[in-house]
Amino acid sequence: MSAAFHVEHASRSSRIGLAGFAIALVGLAAAPAWGGRDDLRLLSEIYAYVALASLWNLLAGYAGLVSVGQQAYVGLGAYVLFGATILFGMPPLVAVPVAGVIAAVISLPVAGLMFRLRGHYFAIGTWVVAEVFRLLSSQISALGGGSGISLPAGIVTAMAPSRQMREFLIYWVALALVVVVLAAIVLLLRSRYGLALTAIRDNELAARSNGIDVTRTKLVVYVLTAFGTAMVGALIFLQKLRISPDTAFSVNDWTAFVIFITVIGGIGRVEGPIIGTVVFFLLRQTLADLGSLYLLMLGAVAIAVMLFAPKGIWGLLVERFGWQLLPLERRLRLTADPRTN
Amino acid sequence: MEWVNIIIQGVLIGGLYAMFAAGLALIFGVMRLVNIAHGDLIVLAAYIALMTTDTLGLNPLLAIVVVVPIMAAIGYGLQRGLLNRTLGDDVLPPLLVTFGLSVIIQNALLELFTADSRRLKAGAIEVASFQIGEGIWIGVLPLLQFVVAISVIAGLQLLFYRTALGRAFRATSDDQSVAQLMGLDNRHIFALAMALSLAVVAVAGVFLAVRTNFDPAIGPARLIFGFEAVIIGGLGSMWGTLAGGIILGVSQAIGAQINPGWQLLAGHLAFLVILAVRPEGLFPKVQG
Repeated sequence: MSAAFHVEHASRSSRIGLAGFAIALVGLAAAPAWGGRDDLRLLSEIYAYVALASLWNLLAGYAGLVSVGQQAYVGLGAYVLFGATILFGMPPLVAVPVAGVIAAVISLPVAGLMFRLRGHYFAIGTWVVAEVFRLLSSQISALGGGSGISLPAGIVTAMAPSRQMREFLIYWVALALVVVVLAAIVLLLRSRYGLALTAIRDNELAARSNGIDVTRTKLVVYVLTAFGTAMVGALIFLQKLRISPDTAFSVNDWTAFVIFITVIGGIGRVEGPIIGTVVFFLLRQTLADLGSLYLLMLGAVAIAVMLFAPKGIWGLLVERFGWQLLPLERRLRLTADPRTN
Repeated sequence: MEWVNIIIQGVLIGGLYAMFAAGLALIFGVMRLVNIAHGDLIVLAAYIALMTTDTLGLNPLLAIVVVVPIMAAIGYGLQRGLLNRTLGDDVLPPLLVTFGLSVIIQNALLELFTADSRRLKAGAIEVASFQIGEGIWIGVLPLLQFVVAISVIAGLQLLFYRTALGRAFRATSDDQSVAQLMGLDNRHIFALAMALSLAVVAVAGVFLAVRTNFDPAIGPARLIFGFEAVIIGGLGSMWGTLAGGIILGVSQAIGAQINPGWQLLAGHLAFLVILAVRPEGLFPKVQG
């Protein structure tokens, strides 16, 4: 008399959501056909922020590892790309995954040290790591030391003969990377690790008492995040063509914006960083002239969201309408056991 | 002799780092809050000191008398109006709110005072020094700063263990609900702790402004120095922060002597080494 059941991830709204993503993906992949150079640049930048914010969301929103030092891996990835191409003659697009692998390897001992810092102090500890990376990178004289270096023209032209082709190529790689990052996060969250992570997000103590190895799960997330963040960083600076310690390890560009995007969009939900990035770029296109006032306002909005709507814009929509864009929920469906029928 | 001199200078600058750390350790001890805006508040104090000396024509060291109550009031208001709402089991809200605050303070200072680096002029005391041995000179200002740091930490220690307010701090730190049952108003106690923390910040900010150039962007590095001193010294120990500050100052001084580019790096490495071999710090007291 045992009832069989299966787990359903998808709902009606998530099917609509996925279809929407698929249509958007086709349209975005065709962007070189309908958009100008500026559109492609803006879109690539949006992809980079969606990827960075999604990775930070996985780290802070799910695993509870509130890092304010993810610029460490953005900069590390970027420096590996410049080092591998300039010093070892590696093709840039090969150097992007290599940057991810090296960052993942380095993140292991870093995690070993940082996980000794409890709760709040972990955040500042990660910042120290980013500072150490920045100071070390400014000691590499072969990569321009403190003043930085440009990617030599030979390396750039070897990617593709025409400038237009190069731009298309980088654009498609950026799009592919954000799709891979999002898909990997969705698959991770649907796996056993995802169940563990959601449990940790909701209540760490209860998760531990249900037999989840919390430290191990957090370590997996920390290393995966470093891997992804470094690849995004490498690609960002492949597009910029110029690197310096201050830009590669900028706390404003790679951490403050990313945190504000995630908090405003909705932390602890996969859709949040996507919504947050859209809001961020809409605001930026209209308010960019304000300079430092823009950053000030963004900080104020993020504080207000944290205090009054801690689940962000997407959290409000979910509460109101029960939407989900991605097949991430788990619903048990009872089915009659075939043997008893 | 050269090395003795370097170590003495490192010890003296360590006093400043200990003051950065003491404010941080104080609020962490009382309410388990890590204030990411701590460094930016130090810079804010420096700018308030600048405005005070510009408008009132006070000697910068006398400006402390004005800056301390202003910063304490800001601290009380900040805690009552904003930070108390973020406290709870979740580490996310206080971190994100103080991070946002840090960005806001930096950019507001940038709007008001531009990115130019500034300095407080303290007159003859800036360069005054005396000789204590062959080739070893001690600056009056660094020495004064070190003595003030020791007094501040001794004062905090006395306050914590010899006064009713200190007892209230320790009680809320041990158990918030029981402290409340005993008639303490936690919101008020927390706000007093933040006021005290920012009073220390004010003293540190004034000495920072007299000793080095400052601009709106240098806050995060001061937060990191303070944080490193706290972890090196051991959580929950006031005298530990002094030891932590001194170790950090000496490491930086030695690093700078080997290679100017290694000054900050040497300090960070000292912190990472301590974290690797003795994660609880040198003089731990309470478990965070």
